[in-house]
This record gives sequence, C-alpha cells and structure tokens, in this order.
Amino acid sequence: MAPKVVLVTGVSRFLGGQLAAALATDPRIERVIGLDSVPPSSELPPSSSRVEFVRADIRNPLIAKVISSAEVDTVVHMNIGTAPGGAGGRTSMKELNVIGTMQLLAACQKADTVRRLVVKSTTTVYGSSSRDPALFTEDMNARAVRSSGYAKDSVEIEGYVRGFSRRRPDVSMAVLRFTNFIGPTIDSMLTRYFSMPLVPTVLGFDARVQMLHERDALEVLRLATVGSYNGTVNVGGEGVLLLSQAIRRAGQFPVSVPAPFVGSLGGLLRQTGIADFSPEQLRFLNFGRVVDTTRLIDDFGYRPRFTTAEAFADFCAQLRPVIDPGRIRAIERRLLRAATLNRIREPVDA
Amino acid sequence: MREAQIIPLPHVAAEPEAEPRAEPQAAPGPEASTAQADGDQRLAQALAFLRRRLTGDYEVDEFGFDEDFTDHVYLPAIRPLYKSWFRVETFGMHNIPDTGGALVVANHSGTVPMDGLMTALAVHDDHPASRRLRLLGADLVFTLPLVGSIARKTGNTLACNADAERLLRSGELVGVYPEGFKGVGKPFADRYKLQRFGRGGFVSAAIRTGVPIIPCSIVGAEEIYPMIGNLKALARILGVPYIPVTPTFPLLGPLGLIPLPSKWLIEFGDPIPTAHLGATAADDPMLVFNLTDEVRETIQQSLYSLLMQRGSVFS
Repeated sequence: MAPKVVLVTGVSRFLGGQLAAALATDPRIERVIGLDSVPPSSELPPSSSRVEFVRADIRNPLIAKVISSAEVDTVVHMNIGTAPGGAGGRTSMKELNVIGTMQLLAACQKADTVRRLVVKSTTTVYGSSSRDPALFTEDMNARAVRSSGYAKDSVEIEGYVRGFSRRRPDVSMAVLRFTNFIGPTIDSMLTRYFSMPLVPTVLGFDARVQMLHERDALEVLRLATVGSYNGTVNVGGEGVLLLSQAIRRAGQFPVSVPAPFVGSLGGLLRQTGIADFSPEQLRFLNFGRVVDTTRLIDDFGYRPRFTTAEAFADFCAQLRPVIDPGRIRAIERRLLRAATLNRIREPVDA
Repeated sequence: MREAQIIPLPHVAAEPEAEPRAEPQAAPGPEASTAQADGDQRLAQALAFLRRRLTGDYEVDEFGFDEDFTDHVYLPAIRPLYKSWFRVETFGMHNIPDTGGALVVANHSGTVPMDGLMTALAVHDDHPASRRLRLLGADLVFTLPLVGSIARKTGNTLACNADAERLLRSGELVGVYPEGFKGVGKPFADRYKLQRFGRGGFVSAAIRTGVPIIPCSIVGAEEIYPMIGNLKALARILGVPYIPVTPTFPLLGPLGLIPLPSKWLIEFGDPIPTAHLGATAADDPMLVFNLTDEVRETIQQSLYSLLMQRGSVFS
C-alpha cells in the first residue's frame, strides 16, 4: 500500500530534496512534507513545487504537531550530518544527529498515524580497520568501534531506531546502510576528495572503495518509502575500485602521505578550507570498506543500475583530468612506433 | 565484468630467445624477424601494462585481488626465487581440482612466511589450470603498510571464517596455514614438528561449504631463516609476535635478510572430502576436532617422507 502523507527530514540536502521531488510526482501520494532547518536549495526539479516545506529543526517539538496534524503515515529520516564542518562543529553535529533522531522518534511514537519509517543510515557503522572481513553483511558488527564522529552517531541512531521498533512493532521500518555516494551532481565526501588536484593517499595503503551512484541511491530511497521492506539492508554498487586505481581513472595525481602525517594534513585542509575530512574519513583511506549487497538484490528487490566502476566513470565524465588518459594512450602509440621504426632502420644502417 | 585485454601467453615468455638481439643483423633471416616480432610484442605488452596502470584500466575483485599486477609484477618478481634459489619441486598437483572450491591446508614455517608466496606460485605455474591460491593471512599482515596492500592485491585476505567461506563458495582455491605464528615463528630446533592447528576454524569452513580439504606439506621453508633466538622484549614493545635471531640476522645487517638457499619440496596430498558430512556437521565439535587431527597427521607423515626423499638440506 502506497503512503498517503510522507514527511521527509533533511529535505534541503541534495538527496532529501531529490527524494521529496520524486515522491511528489507519484499520484498515489497525497502530500509530501519536507522538513529542514535551512531553506531548500533552488536547483530542485519543478515537481518539487508540490512539496510543502516546513522550516523547523527536528529537535523542535513542533514536528510532533506537524506529524499529527498532517496525519503523516510515512517518515523518511535523512537529516543526519556526516561532517562536523557542515553542522558547525562536532558538538552541534552530534546534537543534531543523535538528539534530533531521538526527538523525531519520540514524536513518531506518539503519532498513531505513522506506520512506516525509513532511515538513511550508513555503512560506516561497520567501521574501517585492518581486521575487517572483506565484505560486511548486515548481521556483522564493527570490529573496531569508533569512539566519536559520524560512525558513532550512526551506531547510536540505529540503536534508537531499534528501540523505537520494539516500542512500536506495528511500524514497518527500513534502515538503509548506504556506501559512499558518487555521481555528477551530488556533493559527497568522495566527490570532494577526488576533485582535489593533488589527491592525498596513505603511504603503503590502498583502500578498497565501494560506491553508489546518486540515481541508485535516490531510487532505493524512493522504493523504500513506497514499499514495505522491513529490516536493515546494505546499499552499494557492485564491485570495488582500489583507491589508487580510482584516482588514476579520474586522471588525478595521487600523493602518498606517511600515515603519521595524515591527521595533520586533514587539519591543514580543514583550516585552509580546501576540504573538510573528519578523522574517520581519513582512516577510511587506509582500509576502505566493502559490503555484501545480496540482501538488497534478493530481498529488497533492487539491483543498482550502476556498478561502482560505472558510477565512478559517470562522476569522472564531468571532471577535468590532470592527467588525460587520451594523452597517455597517444604517448604509448608514439613510443611503440618510435621503437619499431628504430629497429627496422637498424639492419639497413648496418 | 571483465574487459578484453591482451594476456601474454605463457609459452611466449618461456620461449628461449632465438637470437641475441643486442647485435644488429647484417642480413635479417626469418629467425631474426621472429625474434624481432617477439621483442616488439613484448615491448607492446610492457607499454600496454604501463598505460593500464597509469589510467587505472584494470579490474579488481571484491577482495582487492588485482590480476594484472599479480601476473605482470608480483609473480615475475618472485619466480627467480622459486626456480633458481629454492629450486621448488611439486608433487601431487593432480589432487587440486581444475575448477571449484577446495581448501589447501599446509604447514607453516620459515620465520618469514615465504612458504605462502611459493605455494601460491607453485599452484599457478605447475597446475594445468593455472589456478590461483587465495591465502588467508593473519591480522598483522593487513595492518602493515605496503605488505598489507600487496597481500590484498595478490589475492589474499584476512583469515576469518566469513572471508574463507565466501571465497570457497565462489569456487576459489583457498590456502590456509592453521599453525599461524606458532608455526612460522618456531625455533629452528622444532623444525618439521607441527604445532597446534588453531581451533579448527578451517575445517568448519570447509564443511560448511562442502569443499574438499587438500593437505599440503612443505619441506625446505624451515631452513631459509633458521631461528635460533627471539628478542621477546623488543617484539613486545613493537607489538609483533617475535623478532628472530638467525645465524646471519641481525649479525650481518641487511645481508642477513637473504634467505638460505634450501631445497624445497611441496606435496599436495589426497583430498579429504567433506561434502558428505553436511553443513550441520560444522557445529559438531568432536567431528571438527577429529578431522583437524586427521589433516594434521597426514601432513606430519608426508613431511617425514619428503624429508627422507630430500636427503641433504641444500641438495
């Protein structure tokens, strides 16, 4: 049964806005309410005009009123910040992520109309360490639990969501653990990383990176909202790229930094405003993370249209490469021709 | 999805060079032109390889296995060690199936786990199907910079049941050293004495996936770095399982890192089937222990007979 009234939190972010707009085109859905503490960006598709925007913080008790008065039946929680820079520091980021989720869930618990909850979570809940299995399934836990940051927030958020599901067993719930987003329009940690002219990597480490195309991410969110899948599911593209390989494919120039200096480099990038990477994102560069998406394909019923490599290629298409692959191919041809010409000439000269 | 790419045929590389190509030929005959064509082909391959590396145009699997790197850099780099230094001989290669999953269980020795490298190369070069042996390595391997990333790129992964079963289910040939550090870091006096075989995790992985266990005995690795002492205090400070003292290390400094040229024999024994046991048998500890012991005994026995066969260490 399709939802009638959908509430989307974090609607001013890219995916939230796109999802609200996509839901607005669905004639079965009567109302789409978008919630965020900042106004939405202007680059939304025209269908988003049907989205009713409510400017409120999810920590505000007002949302309980919004949910009950609009008789919201489906809540999509996407207001989870990934980097402290965007939220104005780590303290307020944690406040928004964890306390915000608690408040939202409290409001949902009170509202009898709510019968479906979709949470945008992340595969960072699995951590990233040398002791990781090659692929994480949904039943596995992090080998090394981070003591702070986005990963910790996400683990706590999932904990509260589980608590909510115990108290409201009548609400069906999808927890979507997304891998890193990539694509031509999305602004994610990886798109910022690969757009740097000199891309820092950790000396002696080569992470395996799994990516999800923004269009696949949007489609999974939409299907989770209108569908009835109940449970936790990993969402990622098929296959992996090595970090070094991805940098080469992007035509960027990798710079290896010894592990002890990676932290201070991250700080320097943050201070100079070039890029905002949290310590755990930098750790991610060491080992990466890959998840098993069997459940997504078999149970959830969606096979991402882009593999990791294809999604990355789509992102690279709009990137200006520092090292042009076409030029490397031309050099190869020229060298080969020069070598063969020399050799053919040799016997004649002798 | 794999793109079509030029893979050098093994016989091209193995072919002895017909003519010394350094001197230009006065009148190039037909032999010379084939040698030149050969050289051209090799140059083209080398350039294509460089181009693929510079543009990231190669494939890796979910475990991070980079076939392009393994075939063109890693295996050629360790092949001289295999052929000329250790003069490895293999037996019972027919016991490894041409396709499908199987678990190779071997004894571990040598202070530096060179036996893993050599066994993987043995299976690749001597098996008719050129199979890849995907080794399961200790945590420490993947923590170390460079070592860890090379281990992943050459097809190895962390020794945990999840990874072992995933590889076996997808029909890969998996290699494991159940003795772990107890085997590789044992004193020289204990050579060829098998240590405890872990907790039998490898047996339950084989049972759960229904693949045969192939016992593998390696003779020769024990003598490459004879460990006569262990700097335990320093090892504890550095957080490593041991710091070896060998007759040449640390006495001769970096020279002590050169392994002794012992003669190696690697034998693959008769496969022990597990498919008939059923997946639930993995939860029967007694059965798992017995099977573990059986594998261990088999390897120990064949180690003794290989030692008899080898005669002297450096023969």
